[in-house]
Parts: sequence; structure tokens; C-alpha cells
Amino acid sequence: MQTKGKVYGIISNLVIVNTEGVVAQNEICMINHEGTPLMAEIIKVSGNQAFVQVFESTRGIKVGTDVEFTGGMLEVTLGPGILSRNYDGLQNDLDKMEGVFLRKGDYTYPLEEDKKWSFKPLAAVDDTVTAGSWLGEVTENWMPHKIMVPFKMEESYKVKWLADEGEYLASDKIAVVTCDKGRDHDITMIQKWPVKIPIKAYVNKPRPFKILETGLRMFDTLNPLAEGGTGFIPGPFGCGKTVLQHAISKQAEADMVVIAACGERANEVVEIFSEFPELEDTRTGRKLIERTTIIANTSNMPVAAREASVYTAMTIAEYYRSMGLKILLLADSTSRWAQALREMSNRMEELPGPDAFPMDLPAIISNFYARAGYVELPNGKTGSITFLGTVSPAGGNLKEPVTESTKKAARCFYALSQQRSDSKRYPAIDPTDSYSKYIDYEEVREYMKQNIAPDWHDKVVEAKNYLLRSKEAQEQINILGDDGVPIDYHIVFWKGELVDFIISQQDALDETDRFCPMKKQKFMLYKVLEITDREFEFENFDEVAFWFKKVINVMRQMNFSDFETDDFEKYHNELIEILKEK
Amino acid sequence: MTETRAFQKIFTKITKITKATCSLNADGIGNEELAIVNGKLAQVVKIIGNEVTLQIFSGTEGIPTDAEVIFMGKPPALKVGDDLGGRFLNAYGRPIDGGPELMGQEREIGGPSVNPVRRKQPSELIATGIAGIDLNNTLVTGQKIPFFADPDQPYNQIMAMVALRAQADKIILGGMGLTNDDYLYFKSVFENAGALERIVAFINTTENPPVERLLVPDMALSAAEYFAVEKKQKVLVLLTDMTLYSDALSIVSNRMDQIPSKDSMPGSLYSDLAKIYEKAVQFPDGGSITIIAVTTISGGDITHAIPDNTGYITEGQLFLRRDTDIGKVIIDPFRSLSRLKQLVIGKKTREDHSQVMNASVRLYADAANAKTKLENGFDLTDYDERTLAFAKGYSDKLLAIDVNVDTDTMLNTAWKLLSDNFAKEEVGMKEELVKKYWPETKE
Repeated sequence: MQTKGKVYGIISNLVIVNTEGVVAQNEICMINHEGTPLMAEIIKVSGNQAFVQVFESTRGIKVGTDVEFTGGMLEVTLGPGILSRNYDGLQNDLDKMEGVFLRKGDYTYPLEEDKKWSFKPLAAVDDTVTAGSWLGEVTENWMPHKIMVPFKMEESYKVKWLADEGEYLASDKIAVVTCDKGRDHDITMIQKWPVKIPIKAYVNKPRPFKILETGLRMFDTLNPLAEGGTGFIPGPFGCGKTVLQHAISKQAEADMVVIAACGERANEVVEIFSEFPELEDTRTGRKLIERTTIIANTSNMPVAAREASVYTAMTIAEYYRSMGLKILLLADSTSRWAQALREMSNRMEELPGPDAFPMDLPAIISNFYARAGYVELPNGKTGSITFLGTVSPAGGNLKEPVTESTKKAARCFYALSQQRSDSKRYPAIDPTDSYSKYIDYEEVREYMKQNIAPDWHDKVVEAKNYLLRSKEAQEQINILGDDGVPIDYHIVFWKGELVDFIISQQDALDETDRFCPMKKQKFMLYKVLEITDREFEFENFDEVAFWFKKVINVMRQMNFSDFETDDFEKYHNELIEILKEK
Repeated sequence: MTETRAFQKIFTKITKITKATCSLNADGIGNEELAIVNGKLAQVVKIIGNEVTLQIFSGTEGIPTDAEVIFMGKPPALKVGDDLGGRFLNAYGRPIDGGPELMGQEREIGGPSVNPVRRKQPSELIATGIAGIDLNNTLVTGQKIPFFADPDQPYNQIMAMVALRAQADKIILGGMGLTNDDYLYFKSVFENAGALERIVAFINTTENPPVERLLVPDMALSAAEYFAVEKKQKVLVLLTDMTLYSDALSIVSNRMDQIPSKDSMPGSLYSDLAKIYEKAVQFPDGGSITIIAVTTISGGDITHAIPDNTGYITEGQLFLRRDTDIGKVIIDPFRSLSRLKQLVIGKKTREDHSQVMNASVRLYADAANAKTKLENGFDLTDYDERTLAFAKGYSDKLLAIDVNVDTDTMLNTAWKLLSDNFAKEEVGMKEELVKKYWPETKE
């Protein structure tokens, strides 16, 4: 028997419901607004009153309106057909909605009802299976999509029957399993899972040890993100957070990319919608859209669904991770999600924490980041979710609560700097403030030793030192003047500039430079360090600047040329000639 | 306002009055519904049980406890139709130009959002002739962008100029807290340009109550949606000044006892502003809404909650600054940005656009460093001197807002300035572009 209730009060998107029975925290209810059920989630219960946040505009709702509680939390529907789809924050398929404008209470089915999938069994009758065990697979956009024992089935089961290889609807029965008590359970390709609860169908979550390649030197060379790792990009507006995230979503070496556009601009999502079906994944040659799922809850869409959108995205990522895939999850921006929490906390008249954010914000953020990770599945295979979030600090001040809470949770920090952006040094990540904690992991160092070069770690540290010393030299020059310091200071300054221009900076709009393969990154770093390691003699500081600018100019041309082509070699030879001068 | 109809509910017992709101006991009232309290327009902002709280747009001065409250059973609306063209209206959408009442179809304002998958990627360049915009921060139809300006800068004049050059089918002006002088200025500029038929204006001046301003953006954008969706027109919406709009938001939230967040602004400021700006859209069948707004700032401080939240929502910002070297207002190349520019530069403009833009700004930044050196009393190098010479020419010939030329001319001017002051190696551009465009003769 479902609990019913009636609307008692309305304050913006917070609705107070008088209930007539049992309700649960985070339970979903439907407010019957003039014949259209509007979805809402319980966020507080007080006596027989439930405070619900409505995932829609509350315009026109009246006191006394009927409310029905569903008995379940906010869930996503998991099954084949999620790839390439554009969802809103509640996993409604945006393409299935009619009309140009979003209509209130228009909830659409997230999967394809009529599509037949060619199923291939992976398990056998009498196999013992548990939640997350692979029963079979279908091919989704060329990717093997495993059909698993639903995560909600917590016991151990024996496979009683398994469908033969063939074409089935996602809703068809493909297996029957029997629990210890002898009860049979039918399994289809579809299952549901509440978004706020992590899917834990893995046996082990070891420390990340591999580098996730992105083709960006600022990441791969200087501050590598590990596969299964976490990172965040804080930055004032206009410093290139979104350009950076888009570049990573296009280039990162992942099987699947889930993008949560959370409270950001609609045109940015449109850019993905229109470009990804055209652009090719450089590694597989397939269209980018084939490996991408977009959760779009743009800033003008209802605020409550904004919070749900990041959880929806994470749950979808966890589902695919359980298939042994490498997932990259991007959320832009987690600050908007925190603001959604703040709006609700404010309406419920909770005592505010710093900057009026709810007190438990740090806990909410770190719990969310903890859902990422590299995992070992029960069948010995591995999967991963690498999570990269952006943060939009108010006023560009990194001491605000969202940035500080995230800094505690994420392992990589890519600080976008207004100053670098102003001088068009892109990506505007500050190379000295930013860090990757993974670079000091024993496992990661071993991986770099094996897969890049034995002395790679030392070389990266060396490059960073040049950047740091250059910054110090620059400060001295600024204080004492060009003439007031020895020429050596100028040399130190320009060595760092060389590292900055050739390694740190990268032109996202240049067809070649936007993606720098690892072997080119390696070549360029060694080349730069070969120059910076040399001792120089110059007559005066003007000469230092002039010579280094020449070197930078020709090395930039190398960055603009495809690796190991005639063009590249031409500039390389020019460089060798310039180097002979000194 | 509107004639009383038989089924409308009338109440006469008010239980609570604050500066902006009043409460009464009433049943069957919908959230955000309109009401008239002693002839003043009001809107439902909160309902708890049978207590309904109304926000009275023009303030509660003189409202008695036995005021007559008539509920209209519907949210705020605008009558849309072709007769909107050429009209000047108030925040409620009623004529202030002495013309006839609007006859069109009534449309709810502040309506639903466009489904993101039904949007089209903006790709049509808006030429303004101003190099600080066209060269460095190119605008595109369907974009939303504010001017960040100190109150003493001529932002309304610049906005009117941009609007008239932009070749829009309709220009919709939403004036919030406009001084009467500026209102008359807009009116005369549009009249003199013979553009009056293309204009629709919703005006709230400093003489009107501040809370009324809250209706202006939604009114302006409902009119814009009518022309963009139904008439497939290119609509340009001008909103000035969004800082005064936000101030009105904070007044209301304060009166509603909400906990303020940064700079006394309501915690929902981001969502409130996003709802307005996100109405900017390119529809697939040709219609579009482009929003150019003004956000006045104090002493160039963009970390204040209003410009800060705005910057995270809009697709860039145009930052006005007085350049003391040339004595003109320029569009600051460091602080300004158009996020959609890469959709058109090099595609709708010449191939060298992107690199010329970046190299010039980089060298302009070097000039700023040189200037700091000079101020600190250090000797300048030959290179420093050259960057300063370049910066001066760049400000005067390109960044100043009185420039009015086409994009190719801007690019040629930039190449000329580069070659006058620098060697080819110093500009750090792609060699093939340098080969093609570097002017060979030096003065």
C-alpha cells in the first residue's frame, strides 16, 4: 500500500507535504499537478510532514494537491542503450521529448524499448553467480556490454536457465537463477539502482598505478592523472575550464566518457551534441559520440535535478565499470551542485556553514569523489572510473568552501590562473601551483619507468624545477631591474620560459598541437632539457632573450608539426643549427 | 489593471504586512499566481497552509489591513503580437508611449527552457565594426554577453551603437533602473536611426519602484521568444543594468528572511541570473535570441557576487576601461572574452584571425610588464620600448571603441603594427601565416 499525502506549503521548489503513512528519507514522490505528476524527493521529515524538493517548476501548484509516494529512492535504469544518449539529470532521454521547450513532468524512457540486441551467453547453467556476475553480453556501439546479475540481488545464486545466443529485447528474460532457499529469479538485460548508493560489485580497490593519457603535456608529462584517479580543475571564469574539459573528453584514452554538464551553459552541451557525432576518436577511428553519454542539466533547468545529475552520471559510470571498462567521468561544474545544496538548505532554514553552504558539504564532496577508482572484479578483470571535476570558485578565490573541500578529496589539482589566462598562456594551468599526487606513488613511478623511460620521473621533476627557478629569477628581475641582476638570472629565467612555452603551453585550437602523443611528449621534454641543461655564455641580457626566443619560436613550429614528418624534421634541423651558435 | 471577472476570488483580510510583502488567509491559490492588492499588482511567493504571502511589486506603502485582494488565477503574462513593434512599455507590459493597448495573445512570462538537444550550435557572426569586439571577442548570434563597466563609462551609448550595427530583425530593450535621461537617449537614438519599428522596449526607470524591475527581463525575453520562435527572426535583447536587477533580488530575499550568501546576495543568485541569460538561443529554423547586457561594477572589481556569477553564466564578457595613454575608452583585451568566438574566427573570417589575435594580445601583455618596469624606475630594453610603441598603436587603432572597420582591415592593421615594431621571430606565429601576411615594406 503506497503512502499518500497532500500539499501543505510551497516555498519556491521546496514543497511541504502532509503525509498519511510511512515515508523514507530520499524517497521519491509524485505531486499530481493538474493531471501531470511532478517528481520530487524527500529531503527532510518532521512529524507527519515531509519536505520535498521538486525536480520541476512549482508554478501553479496549490495547497491540497494529491501526492503519491513511490516507496523507492531516485533510481536510474541500467541496461544496453545508454551509450550515445543525451539525458537530463534524472535520466530522461532528451531526444524523445517533443517540442522545442521542455515541458513540466515530461518523463521519457532512458533505453530503447523496441531494439533487439544480439545476446551471447558468457555463463553456463549451474554456475554460481552473485551480484555483478557476467551472464552474457551484447554489442553496444561496438563495445561489449555485459549483462550482469542485478546489483540489488545480494545473495549467491545458481544459474538455472540461460537464453541461447540470439536476438532479444532488453526487457526479455535472458536468465533464471535460483537462490539458496530454492526461489527462482528472472533476469532481463535491465536493472535499476538508486543513484545515491555506490555500486560495490568489486572485490578490491587497489591504488591507481597507470597514467591515463590525455594528449595534453600539462597533464601527461607534468601532472599525470592516473587511471582510476581523481582530479579537479578550479578556476575563475574565462580561464578555460570548459575548453580544457572538452579537450580531455575528446582525447583521453578511455573506453567510455560520461559527461555531466551540471548547471552550466546550454551552448556548451550543444557544442558536444554537434561536434561529437562528427569527430573521430584518434585511437579507435570511431566517432566520439559512440563512446560518450551526456547528462545535461544546464543552468536554466530545475535546480534540484542538478544535484541528481552528478549522481546519475556516477551511477552510470559504476555500471559500466562493473563490465571491466575504463570510464572517464567529467563533471562541470561541481560548484553548481554545491550551490543547489545551498539553495535547499537555505529554504529549509538550516543553520548555515561557511558562505551559507550546508555544514556537511565537505563530507558530501569527499563521499562522491570516493566512488571513483580502479577496481578488481570478482572474475579477475579490472575496471576503472577516473573522475575529473571542475570547480568555479566565487570571485576566483581558492579559499572558498567548495574548492577547499574538493582539495581534500581529489588527488590531482590543476589550478587555472587568471594571470596566465590574461597573457594567453594556454592551457592556463599554473605549472608550479598544480600538482599530481600520483607522480610520487611507487606504483606509478614503476609504471613510468617501464612504459616511458627509466629516468622519466627525474626528468619531469627537473623540468618543474626549471619552472620554479625561473619564477624566482623573474621576481628578482622585477624587483632589481634587468641591469640589477647578473646575466645568469636572465638565463635561468629564460630556461624556465622555454619549458613553459614548449611543454606547459599547448594550442587547443591547432589541429596538430591539440593532441600530443606520449612519444612526442617524451621527445620534446628530452629536447628541452637537453637545452636547459647546457651552460651558456652571453654578452648581455638582451642577447639572452633574443637567442631563447629564436629557440622557442622554432620549437613551437615543432609542436605545430606532426611528429616524425618532414616538416617536423625540417624544424628540428633548424633547431640544431641554432643550438650550434651557442 | 484588468477588469474583475465573476469567478475571481476576492479577500479583504490581510494578516501581515512588510515593506515588500503582505500575507493573508486564502484557499485554492496556485504558487506564483498574480493578484491585485488595492489596485497594485502582486505575485504569490510563498504558501504555508492557508497563509499566502504576496510580493507587491510597487511596494506596500499605504496598504491597509482591509485591502481588497483579487487573485487572477494565472502567472504574469504579456500580450504578444506584431503590434509590439515600435512600442515602449512598462515593467508590466503596458504602454508608456501614449499608444493603444496591446491586442495580442496573452503569453505566460518566465516560461520553460529550451530542450538542449533542440538547440543549434551558434555559427553566425555579428559584426559590430568595433575591433575590440570583432577582432578579439567576436560575437555570434545566440550568444549572451555582458559589458562589465564602471558606472562612469558610456556603456549605454556603446550598447546602442552595437545594437544598431548588429543587423537584427528586432531589438528588445529591457531597461532596469534606467535614469530618465538614458531612457530618452535610447529613444532618440533609435528614432534618429529610423529603427523604431524594430524596437520593443520595457522600461523601468529610477522613478519606478525597484521590485518592479524583476519583471523586466522576463517580459523582454517573452517578447523575444515570440519573434524568434514564431516569426523566425534574429532578435537582439539588450538588458541594462543587471546589477540593479540583482539588487532588487536581494531586497526581496532580505524581506523574505532568507540567509544571504556572498555580498548580501541571495544564495540563488546564480540560478536566478542563469534563467534569464540561458534564454539566449539559436533555433534550428533560423530564429535566434542574442542577449547583450550591462553589469555595472564598482572600481573594476569583478570578484563581487554579481559580476562573478554573471561571468560563470554568460559566454564571455566585454570589459570597458579608460586607457590613459590614448585618452579613450577601450575594450580591455585581458579581461574581455567571447567564448563563442572560436565558432566563427578563421571559419567566417580570415585564416590568420586566431593567431593574429593571440600574438597581439601576448605582446600587449609584454607591454604591460614593460610599463610596470617603467613605473618601478627601471631602464627599459629595446624590446620593452618596442612593445610599448606597439601597445599604443594597438590601443589607438584597434581597441578604442570609436573604431569602425571590417575584420580584414582590422587584421591588416594588426599585421602592420606587428611588422612595424617586431621581427618575425618575435611574434611566435605559424610560419606559413607569417610568410603570407607579413607586410614586406617598413615605414
